[in-house]
Amino acid sequence: MIRLGVPSKGRLMEQTFDWFAARGVRLSRSGSDREYAGQVEGADGVSLVLLSAGEIPRELVAGRIELGVTGTDLVREKLPGWASDLETVAEMGFGHADLILAVPECWRDCDNLDDFTTIARDFRAVHGFRLRIATKYHRLVRAWLAQHEVADYQLVDSQGATEGTVANHTAEAIADITSSGATLRANNLKILNEDPILKSQATLFANRQAMGKDMQRFLTQLGLT
Amino acid sequence: MISKRDKRNIGQRMLAAFQGTGAEEIVPDILLPAESLLDLYGEDIRARAYVTTDPIRGEMMLRPDFTVPVVQAHMENGAEPARYCYLGEVFRKQDMGDTRPHTARDNEYLQAGFELFSRDPDADAEVFAMFHDLLHPYGANAVVGDIGLLMAAVRSLPVSQARRDALLHHIWRPGRFARLLDRFSAPAPERSFPETQAAWAGLRGQQEMEQRMARLQADADTPPLPEIWAQRLRQLFSLRGNLAQVSAQLSRIAEDWPDIAASAQGIILRTGALAERGIDPGKIRFDAEHGRSTMEYYDGFTFSFGATTRDDWPPLASGGRYDALTRVLGKGREIPAVGGILRPGLIAELEQGQ
Repeated sequence: MIRLGVPSKGRLMEQTFDWFAARGVRLSRSGSDREYAGQVEGADGVSLVLLSAGEIPRELVAGRIELGVTGTDLVREKLPGWASDLETVAEMGFGHADLILAVPECWRDCDNLDDFTTIARDFRAVHGFRLRIATKYHRLVRAWLAQHEVADYQLVDSQGATEGTVANHTAEAIADITSSGATLRANNLKILNEDPILKSQATLFANRQAMGKDMQRFLTQLGLT
Repeated sequence: MISKRDKRNIGQRMLAAFQGTGAEEIVPDILLPAESLLDLYGEDIRARAYVTTDPIRGEMMLRPDFTVPVVQAHMENGAEPARYCYLGEVFRKQDMGDTRPHTARDNEYLQAGFELFSRDPDADAEVFAMFHDLLHPYGANAVVGDIGLLMAAVRSLPVSQARRDALLHHIWRPGRFARLLDRFSAPAPERSFPETQAAWAGLRGQQEMEQRMARLQADADTPPLPEIWAQRLRQLFSLRGNLAQVSAQLSRIAEDWPDIAASAQGIILRTGALAERGIDPGKIRFDAEHGRSTMEYYDGFTFSFGATTRDDWPPLASGGRYDALTRVLGKGREIPAVGGILRPGLIAELEQGQ
C-alpha cells in the first residue's frame, strides 16, 4: 500500500487534487469537512492521508507515508540531510513562494546584500549588538548568509507576524516566504535585490526506501517515469 | 569503537606534557553564559553549539570551545606571564547539508589545550614546538600561516581609512574581501538614493543612514586603487611552499614593500626559532591564507596538524595567536596570547589504526 500525504485544507489541497485529477487519479475528502479521511479513485493500492502541510516532511522521513506533497521550503528547513531520505518525484507547478530577505523601505542606502553587509557592520558598531533578522527559517537563512559571507547579524525567532517585527523594534530585517510581496509592502519593507534564498513550490516527495515496484507502477501511471 | 576511557587516557598524557612546561591546569565550567560567545562568534556558533536556558542565568551554552572561558578566567585573575592547560569535553552540533554523511561526526569530544599569555617573542615557536613534538610520532603534517602578514599588507594600501577598515574587517571572509578589492580597484560607480514615501521604521536611525550615504558619496570621489596593489596583494595571499622557501621569498618581497617588512621579519625569526628547536622548516608547509576562513580573531601566527592518512578528518590540532580576541574580551585590556588545542579522540583512533 502506498500512503499519499496531502495538505488537509485550503488552496494547496485543492490544487493537489486538481494536479492528480489531471493525471487520471481522483482524490477526495470523505465525509464532512471536519474529517481528515480521504478516498482515492483510479489507482490501485494507494490510500490518501490528509495532514497539516508542516507535518508532511516528518511523516515522510518516519516512513508513515510513502509519498507526500509539501513545499520545498519546509523540507529543506526541517530535515537536515533530507536528500538522503527523500527523492524529489515532481515539482507540481503551484504553491510558488520565495524565501527572501527584506529590510525597511526607508533604508534608501540598501539595495543589495553588499549594502546590507556594510549596514550590519555599522549597526553593530553603533548599537553594540548584532543586527537582528526575524525568521522561522533559521537553517536556510543562516546557510545562505554564511555562503555569502555575511557575519555581523543574529537571527531572532519569529513564528508568525514576522513582517511586524521591524516596526516593533524587535528586529531590523526579516527573512520570510512571500508570493506577491503585498504584505511586505504594507509593512513598509522591501526585498533585497538578490536571488531568493530559496524558490519554493509544492513538490511531490517520496521516501527513498519506498521506491519499489508498486511505487514505480504508480509513478508510471502518473506519467512521471 | 574506541572507548571514552582510552581517549581520556591519551588526553591525560597530553595534559601531563603541557603541565611539564609549568602550565597551570584550568577547569572551566561546562555550562557557559551564551551571551559573550554569541556576541563574539555570531550565528556560526549558534548553528553549532547547544544552547539552553536557565531560569535565572538566561541563555546558556554547552562549552563549544575552551579559548573564551580560559581568556575570561585569565582576564579576571591572571598575572602575566601565564601559561594554562586544560582537558575536557566540547560540544558541537554537526548539522549536515542536504545529504547525511555515512558516519556521523562526534558531537561531544575531548580537547586538550595549552595557552600562553606572554609578551615573549619566542612564544609562537614554543607553542608550535610543543604540539609538533606531541604529534610527530603520528606522522602528522603541519601547515602554518600568518594573518598578521596579510593585515600588515592591507594596512599598507594607499586607500582611504574607510576602505582600509572595510578590508580589514572582512579579512576572514575571502570572497567578500576579494569583491571589495575589485570594487576599490575600479572607479567608484555613482550611487543614487531615490527618495521614498515610506515612513521611517525600525531601530536603525535616520542619522545612521545619512552618515553612510555621506561616506558613500565621499568614497565616489576616491581614485581607484592602482592595479599594481591588487596584484601585489593577490601574490602575497597566494604565497605557498615550505617554510624555508617562503622565508627566503618573504625577505625578497619585503625589500620592495617596507610596510610589511616587520611582519615578514617576524615569520623569518620564528622560522629560525623553530629550527633551533630541532624542527626542519623544509618539512613545514606555509600557506599565507591558512586559517583565514576558519579562525576569526586569529590575527597572527596560525597552525594546524592534519592526519597524513586521513584527509577527510578535521585537524588533529590547531591554534595560533589571538591578540584580537583578548582585546575584544578584555574590555580595554589586551594581552598577547597564543595557544592551541588537540583532539585526543582522533589521536586514539590513529593509535589503534597503527
